[in-house]
Parts: sequence; C-alpha cells; structure tokens
Amino acid sequence: MPNLEHPAYPAATLLRLESLVPCRESQVSMLLSIFGERQQFSIPSIFIYGHTSSGKTYVMQTLLNTLQLPHVFVNCVEYFTSRLLLEEILIQLQSCSSETEQTSHVPCDNFNDFVRLFKQAVVSRELQDQTLYIVLDRAEQLREMEANILPAFLRLQELTDRNVTVVLLSEIVWELFRQNTGCFEPLTLYFPDYSIAGHLQKILSQNHPPEYSPDFYAAYINILLGVFYMVCRDLKELQHLAALNFSKYCEPVVKGEANERDTRKLWKNIEPHLKKAMQTVYLREISSSQWERLQHDDGEPGQLKGLSAHAHVELPYYSKFLLIAAYLASYNPVRTDKRFFLKHHGKIRKTNFMKKHEKTSNHLLGPKPFPLDRLLAILYSIVDNRVAPTANIFSQITSLVTLQLLSVVGHNDQLDGPRYKCTVSLDFIRAIAR
Amino acid sequence: QQIQEDLNKQLFDNLVSFLRRSHSEFQEKTTEWTCRMKSREIPTAALVLGVNVTDHDLTFRSLSEVLQNNITPYIALLEAKDCPGIKNLIQKLMGQLMNCYIDVDSLEDEDHVQVSQNRIRCSMTSIISWYQNVRKKTDSETPSKKRTSSSRHWQSPPVVVIFKDMESFTTKVLQDFIVISSQHIHELPLVLIFGIATSPMIIHSLLPHSVSSLLCIELFQSLSSKEHLSTIIDKLLLTAQFPFKLGEKVLQVLINIFLYHDFSVQNFIKGFQLCIVEHFYSQPLSVLCCPLADAKKRVNSLSHDQCENIRRLPSFRRYVENQVSEKQILLLTADDFLKEITQKLLEDLHVYHENYVSVLRCLHVFTSSLPKYPLGKQIRELHCVCLENQVWETEEYESSLQLARMLNKSDLVTMLQQCVEIFVSSSGKEFDKTVEKLKEFLTQFQELEAEAFQEQDGSISTQKELQKKTDLYHLQKTLLELKESRRSKKLTKFEMLRFEVVDYIDSLVRTYLVPADQKTLHEIVYFNTASVLRGHLNAAPRVALHTALNNPYCYLKNQALKSDGGNISNKAPDICIVYKLHLECGRLINLVDWLEAFATVVTAAEGPNADAASSDQVDDIIHARFIRAVSELELLGFIKPSKQKTDHVARLTWGGC
Repeated sequence: MPNLEHPAYPAATLLRLESLVPCRESQVSMLLSIFGERQQFSIPSIFIYGHTSSGKTYVMQTLLNTLQLPHVFVNCVEYFTSRLLLEEILIQLQSCSSETEQTSHVPCDNFNDFVRLFKQAVVSRELQDQTLYIVLDRAEQLREMEANILPAFLRLQELTDRNVTVVLLSEIVWELFRQNTGCFEPLTLYFPDYSIAGHLQKILSQNHPPEYSPDFYAAYINILLGVFYMVCRDLKELQHLAALNFSKYCEPVVKGEANERDTRKLWKNIEPHLKKAMQTVYLREISSSQWERLQHDDGEPGQLKGLSAHAHVELPYYSKFLLIAAYLASYNPVRTDKRFFLKHHGKIRKTNFMKKHEKTSNHLLGPKPFPLDRLLAILYSIVDNRVAPTANIFSQITSLVTLQLLSVVGHNDQLDGPRYKCTVSLDFIRAIAR
Repeated sequence: QQIQEDLNKQLFDNLVSFLRRSHSEFQEKTTEWTCRMKSREIPTAALVLGVNVTDHDLTFRSLSEVLQNNITPYIALLEAKDCPGIKNLIQKLMGQLMNCYIDVDSLEDEDHVQVSQNRIRCSMTSIISWYQNVRKKTDSETPSKKRTSSSRHWQSPPVVVIFKDMESFTTKVLQDFIVISSQHIHELPLVLIFGIATSPMIIHSLLPHSVSSLLCIELFQSLSSKEHLSTIIDKLLLTAQFPFKLGEKVLQVLINIFLYHDFSVQNFIKGFQLCIVEHFYSQPLSVLCCPLADAKKRVNSLSHDQCENIRRLPSFRRYVENQVSEKQILLLTADDFLKEITQKLLEDLHVYHENYVSVLRCLHVFTSSLPKYPLGKQIRELHCVCLENQVWETEEYESSLQLARMLNKSDLVTMLQQCVEIFVSSSGKEFDKTVEKLKEFLTQFQELEAEAFQEQDGSISTQKELQKKTDLYHLQKTLLELKESRRSKKLTKFEMLRFEVVDYIDSLVRTYLVPADQKTLHEIVYFNTASVLRGHLNAAPRVALHTALNNPYCYLKNQALKSDGGNISNKAPDICIVYKLHLECGRLINLVDWLEAFATVVTAAEGPNADAASSDQVDDIIHARFIRAVSELELLGFIKPSKQKTDHVARLTWGGC
C-alpha cells in the first residue's frame, strides 16, 4: 500500500486522510496527483464510477473536506431539473467562501446564464487562484436533462476560462454517457468493489463502540461477515446489520455469562439469531425497529409477521370473477374460447389435452391484451347466475386497473374498445379462486 | 327529515370514532419512532386498507385530523394523480406544508412572501429551510403565547407525508422522493405513510432493494371492511334506539351490493341514507317514525286524513279484522279511539324491537358456533332470515336445533353465560324471568358436574366388582346390566338438561322473533320497496339505453308510441327506428340498405299513393333525417365508420357476430 504523500499538503493532514479512507489509498493518491497544487490548473473533468457503496461519494467528500479545497457538492437526483441544479451550484458557491453574507436569490434559467453568473461568483469570492471542484453525484441523472448540460459541464473549464474541475460520480460506465460527437472525454477512474473480505472486515471494524475493545468488535464483524457475506456485499447494508445485531451479541457479556475472549460461546449464541435476521431484516420483511423490539423482549418470532405474510387480498365477489375472467382472457388464445366456455361443443377430450399443452407455453409468453367485450363474455359464462351489466361492474374494472391488477393497453383516451391486460400471477389467481 | 339529518350525523360520528379506535395504536407507534431517528432510514407506515377505495378518502381525512390534533401540524396528503413527476410531487408537498403552517400560526403576510419566493424554487432544501424557520418561530413563540395547540406537539414535530394510493404512483417518482428525503432525514424529521389497497408486497414490487432499504417499514392492517360493515349494522340496525328499520329485501339488496361489488362501507351508508329519504318521501305516515316519546305526541296531533291513512294500512286492517265488531266500528269511525290504539300499538312495536334484538343476539350465540353454520355465520344473515319469514319454520332452523342438541357441555355453559350477559345488558323488562331461568340452567349444570364425579367413582367400583367375578355367566349378565344402565343414565342426566335448554331457547325464539311484517303498523318504520332501491343503486346503462330506444313509450309516456312488440311503428323518433333496424343487421351494415329500410318504415303510414307520387322529393327529407339519426347512434357509441368498406358502418354492440 503506498503511503500518501504530496508536496502541497502537510503530512499530518495526509495521514489523517489516510486513516479516514481505508482500502482506498491508491485511488486517493491518484486523485491527489491529478489535482496537483491549489493554484495549478487541473484536468477539466473527471469521471469516477464504481458499484453501489464502493465509497465514491465518501472518498470525494472526505478528500475535499480534509484538504479544505473549495468545492461544491450536488446530488443530481435531488435537483431534478437543470435549473434547480445550476441554481444550487451557484448558491453553494456563494456560501462556500463567505458564510456571513446571506446572498439573494439569483434566477438562472440556462447554461449561458450559469456561465456568466459563475464567472462573477468566482471573481467576487476571490477564488481565481485556486482550483474549484464541482462534484456531481449520481451523474447518470444528467442524461435525462437537456442535451447540452452534460457536454457543457465537461467543458466547464474551457467555457468559463476559470480554474475549475468537474467531478462526475456514477454507478454506470462512461460508455453509456457518450451521446454524440464533440463531447469532451473526461478522465475516467474506476473504484473497484470492496471485494476482498479483508477490506470489508477492516472498514466495518473501524467504528467499534467505545465500551468494547476493538478486538472484540472485530471478532463480531468476522462472525457477521461469515453469515452475510454470501448474500450481501453492500457495505451500507452490512453496517446497518452490524449495528442492529451487536446488542444481542453483547448480551452474554453484559450478563456475565461469558467474557470478551470467549468467542466460541458468543458465536453459538449469535449464529441462529443472525440467520433469522438474514431471512427477515435483510429483506425488509420486518422493519429494524420491530426487530429491535423483538430482541428486547425476546418474544417468539411467529408473533410478528413480515410484509409478505399479508399477501392475501380480499376482493368483492364480482371483482374476483372479473379478475379470473381477465386472467383467462390473457392467457388463453381467442380461438379456444368457444370450446372452453360454450356448453355444447362436443370435443371434450381433445380440449383438455390442448389446454394443458397451451398453458405452459402461454405462461412463458406473458399476458396478452384482450378487448373489454371478451372479458365480459367470459365473465358471463363463468358466473353461475345471471349478471346484469350494471355500472357497478364497469366501475369495478376501472378500480381493478387503479389497483394495478389489470392494466390498460394502448391509449387511455380510446373510448371504443379499450384493451386490458391481466398483470397478476397464477398463484394470486389460485388464491382468489379458492 | 330532521331526524334523517340527526341520523346521518350520528352515523358519521360512529364511523369516525370507529376509525379512531383502529388508528389509536398506530399513533403511539409514530410517536415512538420519531424519537429514534438515528439511522438514515425513514420511518414508514404501510397501512393496508383493503380494496374499498371509496372509503379511503374518509379514512385518511380522519387520520390526518387525528394526527393534526395529537402529533404534528405538518401533514401533507399526496395523491398519485397530482404527482406525475417528482417536480409536481415536491411542489404539491410544499404547498400543503406551507398552507398548514399558515393555519397554525396565521402570520399570513410574512408567509405570503415566503410562498411566493418558493414558487420559484421548489426543492427539498427550501422545505428544510422553511421547516427550520418555522421551528425557530414556534420555539420563540410558545412560551409567550401559550398556544394550546402548539404546546401539545413536541419540540420537533415530524412532517408526515401520506401517500394516499401507493399503487398508482409511478415507481420513479417514489424512488426519487425516497432517495432525496433519506439524505435530509437528519435535518427534516419525515414520516411516510403509504396507503396500500392490495397487499404489502406491492412495496417490494414498486421499489428496488436499494431504495426499500432506506425505509423502516412497519405494517398496520386496518380492519377489513366486512368487519366494519358488521359493526355498523350492529350499531344501526340491531338497536331499538333508531326508529327507522330496513325491510328484509332492502337489506339484502344493500348487502349484496356491498359483497358482490365494491366492499365499500361508504356506499352502504349512502344506500342506507337513500332508503331513509325514500321512506320519508313515499310513506305519508313516516312522521311517526321517530323516537317513541315524540311519536306519541305526534299521534295526538294527527289530522283526519292521516288517520284515514292509518286505517288503510294492510297490517292495521288485519288487526281490525281480528277485533270484536263494536271495536271494529269504533276503530274505523272514531279518530280519538284510533289514536289511543295507535299509541298502544306503537309502544308494542317498540317493545317488540327491544326484545327482538336481544333474542336475536342470543340465538346468534347458539348458531354461530355450530358446524357448517346452517343459519349463517354473521348476525346480519340471521337477521335477514328472521325478517323474511318465521324462523322456526325453516329447514335450517330445524337442522341447527338438531346440532345444538349435540353440543358438549363446556360450550353449552359458555353460551348460556353469554346469553345471560346479553339479557342483563338489554333494556327489556320482560327478561328478568328469562335470566333467572338461564341461571337456573347454569346451576343445574354445575350440580351435574358434581354428580358426574360421584358417578365416576361408582363406575370404577362396579368395574372392580367386575374383575372379581370369574363366572362367565355372571360376567355376561353384569355387562348387560351395565350397558343398559349407561344408556338410560345418559338420557336421564345431562341430555335431559340439554334438551330442556334447547327447547327453552326454541320457545324464546318462537315468542320473540316473529317477523316484523306480521306486526301491526310495521309499515311506519320499515322500508321495504327493494325494487326502487335497486333501480337507484344498481345502474344499468346498457339496459336503460336499450329500453329507451327499443320501447320509447317507457320514457316518453306518449300514447301513440305504445307499441305491441315486434313491429316497428313509424311514429317513434327516428333514432328508435334506426336502432331497431340496426338490431337486425350483422356486424357490418350497408348504409344504402339501411336507408331503404328506414324510408319504407317512415313512409309506410302515408299510404302507397303518396309514396309513388313524390318519391324523389320526400327522399331528401328522409335522407336528412336518416343521416341525423345515424350520427346520433354513432355519438352514442353503437356504430362506427368501418375502414373495410366505404359505404358500410361497423356495429359495436353485441349480437352482431
């Protein structure tokens, strides 16, 4: 592992930085060398990508904060229109150097205005001699804004003629951003996953609670990783799980049944518990606060049912039949209707065979759209007693659509002959038909 | 009509209090959560409400009201149709939050500036800054002003965002909103509430794991609407306090609509209200349908015409016919005497209702635990059966009595205890004896238990004797004796008592559960015209259109249009003729043929000579009429121009295949 060293910054700061970003030393030193010294012009744009929770945002934030570089940090999901985004950058810029003065709101509608205002802001805040960093988190959202936003950001240095570097953070690769020619190619930098278990172990055990020794916590993390590593390598999720289950792990120690060194005993205590957590909390079947409550009173888990336990849906009588009819209409071809739903057709044996054969293939193909009339015709044939086509029935169809059990195919404004699709699964229909 | 308003109010009070109860638990949870906001998770409540979407509005309204009173002034109700994009969502959210802030503190001038400013910039940061402003203000104000409403909330009240219909939101909007708000959860204590109509699985299907892991979801199941309905029926129909009653058929219609169509309690209540209106509108004697004390007063002030109305009631006639002849004459001629009798009868009716309800509940206790539920699981089904005809004559009643005779002792005892409770709590005066009788039964059962112990001892001793006997003959003899004694024993002790109990219940049923339409003056309080109600509630647009076009007399009430079945009269409106002609055609209709047929029908009455004389001239007018009728049909959606053949139109209604 290379130690961080850079002539422009004091060694103590670098050391602190290094301790804050474990397992990312090489990337940080790379970034540092790109950044250069404060007054030096840097590369116009950098593109950093990597999988979820590989520390992109965190590294950038700690890097800029510890070195006290002037920067603007914006999340593109939060500022969902280009106007909001640009205004937010300007506001942050105005406040980043002088906190005392409450700046007035400046409207900024397009990129042209932005460049102008940006120049003014940089001049007025005396930032000409330093590199300004604009970090755009979740940069993939930029693609959905106006077409000029992304190329303009990439060439911001050129456009404004100021010392500015734009850093884009994203989870997807640069190739998916490239839309047309003439786009400035940024320097791409890849953050690999914390793939090795050692990395995760190291990061997770870093923030151990003060009451317990680091070794004790590290042992706990080791056990936790042993259970969850197979299903989850997401650092955030693992942190969350570690925080949730630690009190349970400490229980024997608190009670005095085991000391901190007695790893084996502790393991026996925690392992079934963690397995249970994997089935429930990890899938968000039950919420973490419920989980904590469960730990406190040590109650039986059968009492608390998860989200999926309430899968049963109660429907009115005709709605059930409507849904079944819709399902039949979606998955049976039209030509079999006559055979299935008319009483006198004669060829029963053949029909049964055909039905079985077609069902399997149709389920692989997915639901097909069907017209309203066919749905009603099937409904009349599967309901025993006579059904009047009242307004209630029609309104039920629309309410099924709003419940997302059916979906309208085609345009909404097409009044004659609307077509529907059944979107529920066979299991759901089975449960209803019972 | 005044009573009706009263009733509505009471009804909604009922409903709201009911909802409150179901949500009280939920509020406690919210308070608990907001205290523990340490991680990045947004506390979220998933409220499973069932498919009766029409009721949800009321539920949410009362929920937000309750929340506003107890927890936080900051509530935003979001609907999917208002939020097609994240921008609209945040705009809407801000608007609602700002408005409710104005409500709380009424510092309008300052807020207007703020709002107009924020109209330019709608984003989460402005919400946060707004929230911090508000909190600063309230912190400084509360000690000086001592506002009760704001002191009830705590220092940092959470902002509650309610998503009314989770299913209809687009996934992207929800995801973005959750991601954004999770980043600001430390600055803005946010609580989300998802209203879910189907099943909580929808959360997983709408949100990917990376987003749903930002939520701390807790599930709350509201009562199913079926239970809701039964409580409402319990409180409204099965009490003697509400003078208005529903007849059997009407109740059946309402319940059918509920069960078959929409599960909507709201619609049920609307239907009930419609019944009330219809009853007061159509029945002249409904003035007497009010609490007993008022009714007596009103009887005294009845006019002669109204007395005649009473005499005309079929149930009253029946009553008169059973009287002695002198009394008959008095009843039919003297108004004062009639009023006296009417008062008495009304009182009888009231007492009957009181008794009816408690006996019905008692019977329900018995029948609801029987296997296969011959008389229905719910008390409303039993109520329907009892209203329809004499319960004890139905087969189901027979079979349920049979089953009741086979109940085991512990069940029987608990049922009897329940019955005693019901009778004690009921207001009827005649039930003292019944209670005594039932208690007597209970004590008898207890005695029986004590006896049973002794008998067991006895049987053990006989068995011991049996073991002593070695002689085969003697053994056989004693065994036979034992068998016989056992058979007789069973019949004598427990079973006898059981029969007695069941017979007693039977007698209660026979005396008190007489169907209401056998009671005199039942017309005053019972609404029984189900057909009217069905016509109003079960709209059938297609049928209505068909009858209107096929048989215009039905709506126009013109004597000339009174046709007799198949043939098409030329006096009918043009559109009717065109419609009838088009019924005879196939899927594609040739316009020329159609016009020809139309012309023949229209000119049929004018005689052959007129037709022959000016065929060209008349044709123009008829042509225009025809075109107009056809375009009217197209407007109604019966036909549309077809692309296959130019001079043809496609038929859209059924039967054209």
